[in-house]
Amino acid sequence: MRDRGLIYSALALFLGLVTFPAWHNLSAHVTGKGPEVRLPVNAKQCVAPVEYMRTSHMNLLIDWRETVVRTGRRDFTAAGGKHYNMSLTPTCLEQCHGARKDFCDRCHDYAAVSPPCWNCHQDAKAVLRSAK
Amino acid sequence: MKLYGALIAVAAISLAAGLAGSVGALQPLLGIGVPYCALAILLVGLSWRVIRWSRSPVPFRIPTVCGQQISLPWIKSSRLESPHSTLGVIGRMGLEVLLFRSLFRNTRSRIDQGPRLIYGEAKWLWLGAMAFHWSLLVVVLRHLRFVVEPVPAVALWLDGLDGFFHVGVPVLYVTDIVLIAALLYLLVRRLREPQVRFISLFTDYFALFLLLGIALSGIWMRYFARVDAVAVKQLALSLTVFSPSLPKNLSAWFFVHLGLVCTLAAYLPFSKLMHMGGIFLSPTRNLANNNRMKRHVNPWNYPVKVHTYEEWEDEFREKIEAAGLPVEKH
Ligand code: HEC
Ligand code: HEC
Ligand code: HEM
Repeated sequence: MRDRGLIYSALALFLGLVTFPAWHNLSAHVTGKGPEVRLPVNAKQCVAPVEYMRTSHMNLLIDWRETVVRTGRRDFTAAGGKHYNMSLTPTCLEQCHGARKDFCDRCHDYAAVSPPCWNCHQDAKAVLRSAK
Repeated sequence: MKLYGALIAVAAISLAAGLAGSVGALQPLLGIGVPYCALAILLVGLSWRVIRWSRSPVPFRIPTVCGQQISLPWIKSSRLESPHSTLGVIGRMGLEVLLFRSLFRNTRSRIDQGPRLIYGEAKWLWLGAMAFHWSLLVVVLRHLRFVVEPVPAVALWLDGLDGFFHVGVPVLYVTDIVLIAALLYLLVRRLREPQVRFISLFTDYFALFLLLGIALSGIWMRYFARVDAVAVKQLALSLTVFSPSLPKNLSAWFFVHLGLVCTLAAYLPFSKLMHMGGIFLSPTRNLANNNRMKRHVNPWNYPVKVHTYEEWEDEFREKIEAAGLPVEKH
């Protein structure tokens, strides 16, 4: 059979598809810099160590939610002894991070996650923030 | 030994990757060197295999068919099971690649009391294979969120579909469960059925354990150990644009996952997993059954010196006639 032209075209197409991320990212000038998250101005310390928050903030939030909804207790004592109200919008957003589009959404768009929390929980107003 | 050898090999690779990944100095090797090498081996090796296949002669049509071939106009032919046109071949290949049609015909035979030989349907293997391959495809496509920025629509769409049930946080993916269940079924089948176990080789177990290891480490990292997905994406993107930089907070579990994936990529061109490309180049499937419609001349024919009967008769005519033997030409 004389099918080599077809075979090589298909192989080239396959190689092109497998290396698509490289072509796409190179032409779109993507870098490994990561999302630009706005940091709070009025606080230096999060409710838990930042390494923990980076990987597991969703677990903490769900812990908070279940504690509040099931036991009614709203007080959270952080490792440093500081007390917080276990609450999504009032504590995380209003007290420190401001509008979610400056903070949560930056990472979530980057990592392609869209938590459904905001279907019910309110956003906060943007507050002055120092760009990272 | 084949079973335990494969299990030990995969465990050793995971352990090595995990240990090396927790040593800061070795992280560049594991996070940058190994992925580039593995991908290069995958692409070069796979191309090499396909190019070698493309050079083998296929002088004659040898499709294995299971339908009526085209013949007289009043005999109904099966266009998909015994295709005579390119369109039919494309349809047949499509069904084979997307739905594993030939595996759907899988049968089992057993000896009943009597003794009587009984053939029956055996669809579980087909179901397990479909479940495994399709969920693997979805998982791989979902991973595009780590290597392409902005995240392509297909990854977002699959992500939403896969997390449809919104169970837990992070949201449970249905394909994760299907993938593990299918792999376990394929493994258990290989171990439980004596005939299949008898013909199983190291490579059969190794591929299964490797895929199980990849899936389990991924699931472990997503739902239990937690890794910094932003850091993973930073590394992945920096690799794709060839200016690699290693983020600081990558956990050892990520390196286990990545190490196993790189092993799979580098191993693929030399293993039975090349059926991924081979299925398209199977002459028993990708050829139209038109041997009786078209003359297929072997393109590698070379001129052969022949001595025909007529020439032979001419050469010995007098002697044949003298001996009183019959001749064709008088
Ligand atoms: C269906 C609507 C709905 C969705 C979706 C939802 N929540 Fe809630 N959440 C509630 C309600 C109602 C309460 C109870 C409020 C109260 O008692 O003060 C609550 C309480 C909470 C609390 C504790 C109370 C407070 O003031 O914040 C936290 C924390 C919380 N949710 C986090 C989340 C997170 C994180 C998500 C996304 C994964 C989420 N919720 C999604 C409805 C929702
Ligand atoms: C530093 C980046 C970053 C910031 C800032 C951030 N997140 Fe996340 N978040 C992530 C990543 C990455 C994931 C997905 C992890 C994964 O896929 O395993 C995630 C997942 C989640 C999830 C689980 C969603 C799911 O469907 O699995 C919730 C809930 C969540 N984040 C809540 C929040 C809230 C609320 C905020 C803002 C107060 C926030 N996050 C800010 C990075 C971030
Ligand atoms: C054959 C290739 C691969 C397979 C089969 C595979 C499989 C999996 C599976 C089953 C999961 C569980 C969660 C999910 O389904 O998304 C997972 C998670 C993950 N994989 Fe892979 N993986 C592969 C390649 C890679 C590569 C190349 C990377 C590096 C960029 C990677 C990084 C990750 C990360 C970071 C997670 C955790 C995701 C999270 O926390 O949400 N994987 N993988």
